[in-house]
Amino acid sequence: MRQRCPQGHRYRDRLRFLVPIGLMALVLGVQAWLATPVMAADGPTRGGTMNIIVQPEPPILQLGLNQQAPTQMVAGKIYQGLLTYDQKLNPLPSLAKSWDISPDGLTYTFHLQEGVKWHDGKPFTAKDVVFSTTKFLPEVHPRARASFAHCETITAPDDHTVVFKLKEPFPSFLYAFEVSAAPIVPAHIYEGTDFRNNPANATPIGTGPFKLQEWVKGSFIHLVRNDDYYKPGRPYLDGIYFRVIPDAASRALALESGQVDESQYNDIEPFDVASLKKAPNLEMTTAGYEFDAPVSWIEINHRVKPLDDKRFRQALMYAIDRDFIRDKIWFGLGRVATGPVNSRTRQFEPDVPKYSKDLAKARALLDDMGLKPDANGVRTHLRFLVMPYGETWQRLAEFIKVSLRQIGVDITLENTDVAGWVQKVSNWDFDLTSNFLYQYGDPALGVSRTYVSSNIRKGVMFSNTMGYSNPKVDDLFAAAAKENDPVKRQAAYSEMQRLVVEDVPVVWLLEMEFPTFVNKKFKNVITTGLGVIDSYDEVFMVKP
Amino acid sequence: MRSKTFWQAYARNKAARFGLVIMILVVVLGLFAGVLFPASPWDMVNAPFLPPLSDGALLGTDTLGRDIAAGIAYGARVSLLIGMTSTAVAVVVGVTLGALAGFFGGWVDDALMRFTELFQTIPNFVLTVVLVAIFTPSQRSIISAIAIVSWPPLARLARAEFMSLRSREFVQAAMTTGQSNMAIIFREILPNSLSPLIVSASLMVATAVLLESSLSFLGLGDPNAMSWGYMIGSARTVIRQAWWMSFFPGLAILLTVLALNLIGEGLNDALNPRLSRQGKA
Repeated sequence: MRQRCPQGHRYRDRLRFLVPIGLMALVLGVQAWLATPVMAADGPTRGGTMNIIVQPEPPILQLGLNQQAPTQMVAGKIYQGLLTYDQKLNPLPSLAKSWDISPDGLTYTFHLQEGVKWHDGKPFTAKDVVFSTTKFLPEVHPRARASFAHCETITAPDDHTVVFKLKEPFPSFLYAFEVSAAPIVPAHIYEGTDFRNNPANATPIGTGPFKLQEWVKGSFIHLVRNDDYYKPGRPYLDGIYFRVIPDAASRALALESGQVDESQYNDIEPFDVASLKKAPNLEMTTAGYEFDAPVSWIEINHRVKPLDDKRFRQALMYAIDRDFIRDKIWFGLGRVATGPVNSRTRQFEPDVPKYSKDLAKARALLDDMGLKPDANGVRTHLRFLVMPYGETWQRLAEFIKVSLRQIGVDITLENTDVAGWVQKVSNWDFDLTSNFLYQYGDPALGVSRTYVSSNIRKGVMFSNTMGYSNPKVDDLFAAAAKENDPVKRQAAYSEMQRLVVEDVPVVWLLEMEFPTFVNKKFKNVITTGLGVIDSYDEVFMVKP
Repeated sequence: MRSKTFWQAYARNKAARFGLVIMILVVVLGLFAGVLFPASPWDMVNAPFLPPLSDGALLGTDTLGRDIAAGIAYGARVSLLIGMTSTAVAVVVGVTLGALAGFFGGWVDDALMRFTELFQTIPNFVLTVVLVAIFTPSQRSIISAIAIVSWPPLARLARAEFMSLRSREFVQAAMTTGQSNMAIIFREILPNSLSPLIVSASLMVATAVLLESSLSFLGLGDPNAMSWGYMIGSARTVIRQAWWMSFFPGLAILLTVLALNLIGEGLNDALNPRLSRQGKA
């Protein structure tokens, strides 16, 4: 056919193609020229989709029922709390636009945002807050149950005001309102139902800037823009894909190649951080974990001899080179911890006894206890249960084994899986292990649980599993928690920290830092102390 | 005289001689690890991430500054110990069951072979992983797990040998002279069925070494024993920054397993001369 076509025809055919293409190019060019000034200003513009790694896949997106980090990250865009917190842990408005605290510290009044709608179109009112904090959360959320147990009454004088009356002052109460500690859920969906088995748990309805569109298990979770969001013009993004990528090496590659735009927590192994930091398309920050503020430590079972002796525990503290752990095992991520409270958490006390690596001091303490080395230089044998959280924790265990051998403590490493680890630690069947806990911004919320003797509870993980008990420390924690005067409160917490650091109930290792990598296309991503958990209603994409 | 012909037959195979030399080197390295490297292989003796041929670290150091050369020497100990012991256990169990099944036949044979098949239907490696995970990783549990998955082929081989030898004249003669079953099994049949068993046991050591390495690679090794698989497993994550940490232990595994296979072949030549000549032509 084509061969028989005369030359002219073919030329005209080609023109017929070229004209529209040329026109299109012209239009695009003009558009681009018109649009240029806006982009040059680099201001927020509507549009764009963000791809974020989520690992492991959350089991459910109803944030009240599950608060694992991956759930928080995804559901933190769907649900909201009354408050959020900046990186210095000052409260910021979220569903509450303002709040007053009575001078006696007993009455907290929250004024709610107006014009907020649930994703199903129903209006959000104070009734939802009262329902969430009196009925829903106390039943399903242990941390919220503890916070709201301080309340005598929770009432809604009108549709946009909620009043919490406390039984006694509890100044940490203001830190109980971020989205994972107290997500507000819709009363019209949950009232009078079986909360845990409500079919609506599969299709979460929140007030947040993004709504659940689709969840392909094992692959991705797709959130789309909530067009009825109460802040005008927000969010900027059209949607967010949370991508499940189980393999660590694949995660690093996906980030490097731009297939995903964000990683957080432990997504990127510490040894990959250095090379990814150099990637031209990525920016790394360790900010945004101030609310979590994890501290890692070697957990010690005080029921086992000679671990019940303070001198022995101090010797452990002197024997371990924690700078090495930070620099060589965590590749520079984190700060050497000085005591039970993270320096990012409120009420941190820097003036405490210091333990730097000093083998002579460690040996002297052991000699003092009468633990003499035998012919092989061994003073005592202990087991170390390796925390099954991946390579880095395995390296830590190996390092501790070698370090402690130098002071004559012979360690046998024991490997186990996550379930076995939780089972053994919570039932006190260990000598030493490693662990890390979040502090939730405040000692009364995230620190006291590890050290007070009232929290020695067999079978409960992340309680005082060491069996550490010091009545003075108990009293100081209790007094500080209800002390309304900030100066007196700080004094009690400072005194507590000095005592605890002297006792060495655990060998503190690092104030852990997590690397968050964000593609440079996206701005305003990590802006608060909640970091990747926050709502992302201010995140925008810069057009290339 | 007999041993002389054995060595002649073995040495005729060049590859087998090569295998034997390597194996001797590995054994010597394992035996004298403590002399060559007095410090524990877990000790952080040097700066981390030193490349090979650095001062005081011939093969470099790993992520924590542990000497790779020391790790390889001590790893040889672990690999050989686990390889040999688990094979020995597997041989005892496998040959005993196979011998009973082959000698007595009938319902004994049926029962024992169905039992053997039970193990053969489960993939070897999966079963090892499950067993080690259940019994918590330690040298003993690893040896037991490897032995448990390795004996069935030996049992079948022993059964076949016993079945064929049982009907031979010299065995029939021994029976008519009224010798006990035990005496017949141990004095008459077993010595005559040893050759194929030795060959397959030598190959089994190689498999056991590989199995142990794979277990340690997955983090299911004894956490207190430095082994080659563990070294690769822990260095795998930094392979883009530090190739030597996984390369040298990998080379050690490769050479050892190769040597064991070559030795197995040489033994086959020496012990089954007719078979091997047919094969070579």
